[in-house]
Amino acid sequence: MNTVFDYAAWFASLCFVLAMLLALLRMFLGPAAQDRVLALDTFYLNGMLTLLMLGIRSSSTVYFDMALLIALFGFASTIAFAKFLLRGEVIEP
Amino acid sequence: MNGTELPLWVTIPGTLLLVAAGLLTLIGAMGLVRLPDFFARMHPPTMGTTLGTGCVLIASMLVSSALEQRPVVHELLITLFIVMTAPVTAMLLMRAAVFRAQRKSVEAEPPTGAASVARRAQDESRTHDENRRLAERSAPTDEPS
Repeated sequence: MNTVFDYAAWFASLCFVLAMLLALLRMFLGPAAQDRVLALDTFYLNGMLTLLMLGIRSSSTVYFDMALLIALFGFASTIAFAKFLLRGEVIEP
Repeated sequence: MNGTELPLWVTIPGTLLLVAAGLLTLIGAMGLVRLPDFFARMHPPTMGTTLGTGCVLIASMLVSSALEQRPVVHELLITLFIVMTAPVTAMLLMRAAVFRAQRKSVEAEPPTGAASVARRAQDESRTHDENRRLAERSAPTDEPS
């Protein structure tokens, strides 16, 4: 029964990596800046999910902290980019 | 899995959750690539953000609880963080996109207002006068050819 779970974990990791590649494609294709920011957000999220899958497959808790940090950095960077698109500067005087 | 056998109550829901999360996230990313408009492209990645992350985190909780023989719930931190931050991110990006679309449309279309309307009417009358003058001047020269 463990082999089925291993296959499912492999499948999920493969799907997340493919989703990262598609987000990268949209980041290069994206006609406007907000498309690229949205693709970067998706890229961050799928990277976090890939790290969680590594944590599940190797059953260690190190990857959990890395996933939390990546979620935090992805949120901060997306907020900064959106603020820049909205206002023209990130930190207003 | 380091040789340790997972119990059946972890394996079956964990497998289903992982497969569902992978499919949902992949479909969301394909929608991000394939949809035609930014305002349509806003929607598909949220499927991976909410359902995909939720499924993976529940599966991770199940597996680590079964491996450590005690309930492990520290994945709820990521769930809480994602649930709090995803709407903020989506709303700010949406506002930025709407703002940029409005600015582009204002720059594209000609200015409206009383002064500009009067100026445009003046321009049209001037061009009309010039056309008539040009027609009168060129009328005799058209005949011989």
